[in-house]
Amino acid sequence: MIGGFPIELLALQLFTGIALGSVFVLLAVGLSLIFGLLTVVNFAHGAFYMLGAYAGVFFIGYLGNFWLTLAVVPLAVGAVGLAVERWLVRPLYGRGIDYPLMLTFGLAYVLVEVVRILFGAEGVPFDAPDSLIGAVNIGVGYFPAYRLFVIAATAVLVLALWLFLEKTSYGLIIRAGARDSEIVRVLGIDISRVWLVVFALGTAVAGLAGVLSAPMRSVFPDMGTSVLVEAFVVTVVGGMGSLAGAVVAGLLVGVVVSMTSLFAPAMAEVSMFALMALVLLVRPQGLFGKKGLMG
Amino acid sequence: MGDHEKSKTGMVARGFSRRSILKGTAAGAAAVAAGPALFNIARAAEETIRIGFPVPLTGPYGSEAQEQARCAQIAVDQFNAAGGLNGRMAELLVRDDKLKPGEAATRTLELIEKDKVHYVCGSLSASVQLSVNAVTKARGIIYVSISQSDAINEAQDFSKYTFHEAMNPHMTAGAVGRYAFPKLGKRVAFLIADYAYGHEMVRGFKRAGEPHGIEVVAEVTHPLASKDFSTFLPQIMAAKPDVLCLCNFGYDQMNSLKQATGFGMKQQMQVLAPALLYNQRRAGGAAAYEGVIGGANYHWTLEESVPSAKAFNDVYRKKNDGAPPSDYGAYGYAGVGALLDGVKQAGTTDTDAVIAALEELKYDKYKGTQYYRKCDHQSVQSVFIVKSKSEAEMANEYDVFEIVDTDPASEDMLRSCAELGHA
Repeated sequence: MIGGFPIELLALQLFTGIALGSVFVLLAVGLSLIFGLLTVVNFAHGAFYMLGAYAGVFFIGYLGNFWLTLAVVPLAVGAVGLAVERWLVRPLYGRGIDYPLMLTFGLAYVLVEVVRILFGAEGVPFDAPDSLIGAVNIGVGYFPAYRLFVIAATAVLVLALWLFLEKTSYGLIIRAGARDSEIVRVLGIDISRVWLVVFALGTAVAGLAGVLSAPMRSVFPDMGTSVLVEAFVVTVVGGMGSLAGAVVAGLLVGVVVSMTSLFAPAMAEVSMFALMALVLLVRPQGLFGKKGLMG
Repeated sequence: MGDHEKSKTGMVARGFSRRSILKGTAAGAAAVAAGPALFNIARAAEETIRIGFPVPLTGPYGSEAQEQARCAQIAVDQFNAAGGLNGRMAELLVRDDKLKPGEAATRTLELIEKDKVHYVCGSLSASVQLSVNAVTKARGIIYVSISQSDAINEAQDFSKYTFHEAMNPHMTAGAVGRYAFPKLGKRVAFLIADYAYGHEMVRGFKRAGEPHGIEVVAEVTHPLASKDFSTFLPQIMAAKPDVLCLCNFGYDQMNSLKQATGFGMKQQMQVLAPALLYNQRRAGGAAAYEGVIGGANYHWTLEESVPSAKAFNDVYRKKNDGAPPSDYGAYGYAGVGALLDGVKQAGTTDTDAVIAALEELKYDKYKGTQYYRKCDHQSVQSVFIVKSKSEAEMANEYDVFEIVDTDPASEDMLRSCAELGHA
């Protein structure tokens, strides 16, 4: 017994926190990616996340298969991201950080409203695939199979992104472009195409996060609003633009929220912001902020 | 100059004489003389009975609000088709309150000041409805509120102008508790959204549980509009309750249910959701809601036993491609319908006369006989205990609930007038 709670419960609570943290990582990675490499603060991140969930609803109706849907949704949302970068964000490069911020802020409203018109305001059902329904005994208690799958999926996603950015030659170009786009351009590389790819990648990841979250968090037009807040908290705590920071901060926020839920449930939501305030006081650049971009 | 002066006085004199004549004769002539625009306003002020209807047309519960408005319009259409009030027609003025108390107060004030409505009906949230009530109370306008709240019955918020058509959390949670506790077990856990409505439901459950000797084994409060409930669930599972009461609403209810289902909690305990809503269940899907027991003011399958339900469903279906009305939509129909019944009964639109008529009224709009209790104007009505069906049990997409029990209309399920502070 610790603090009046049996040790198994504390262990399960800790694990729940890590699982929740991996959801936070998932939510934050796309935002972090676009900010880190393009210095675009994408306020439409939550809207792309929502778009991913609705694309999931749409494609699962067509394909009838969750796994295929999981593969198609990032492509579809990424395609929307491509269009947004090419025709909306691109004209604003070099105009100061607030221009794309305002643009994506407005875009989020447009996307939410379009979805509301097409699919209704009330939300649509979306269930986990049959093979992932139910709870699994993890030693300290039962845990939803689907959440275990989300942890694994997030780990694979983060690993793949890291390999892409660190170990491929295209990743090298991306990182170089983020450091000094002028030099990269002089070297004869079409930097605007690189930015196009990065933006699409970030939105595709947001879309994937949306469809992965759908069976846990429901699908409704405003689902992205709160996600934007969560993603920002994680990004700020981890350090803007740091992939490693997003991972560590996501897990940390998850554990903090989980433990607060046990000891002072009504404070659960505030705890995340308290943590952010604390980190900003001690390390204004965030936990991994200093290492620079996508460190 | 002198001539001009004279003609002016002449005009004034003529005006005076005309006005005195008109006092005894047709008012229409004055309106014609004043021009066509004024004529319309004058006629409208005398003939149309205007009902303001503020509901959150935009925002997360937009579809439900639109359904409320559609149902309210049916009530108005029926009143007009039956000849209105000796030929005076009724009109519904729908406004968007955006689910915000401030916005609702502004819209209501506009309805009263600019549109000169006679009555107000509407709202889809406890706090919004209290804010509308504050305005109508101050202006002496009858308000029929159609969303759940306990506070609106209490002496502090009540006024003689306030009527509450919706059920309140006390009676809903109470009815569900009285049904569930003796059958399903005495170890009870609560998951509570941290706002007035959440705590009101807990109070209702506890009151209903007292005679059955329930034991509260866990009481977990979550912030309003939480996204992830996973961190609240392990402690509830560890407490090993027989029954889990979800004292939350809307997307909170939907997500907590979805996630509790994921944790396999429904195999270990019975989940109760006091306010189990038709549209929310349809948005959440059969799997998440399967087996959940809750309270409802209405479910369309009531038509099998209640004639007024059948009549209401048929009218609604005809206008909505065969889809049946929702529970909260029905509130809109009954709220406006009862109000207009009161007007007809009173034979006038005069506020005090209509209040007196409403206090005497017995009405059966869609679910059996109802009436407004004298002390707090709470509508005394049946509460239906419903159980959410599995996908396999559903006969069609609208067939989501089974009515397992009915708590018949009675003042016994309400808090007493004395307890509410009414002398």
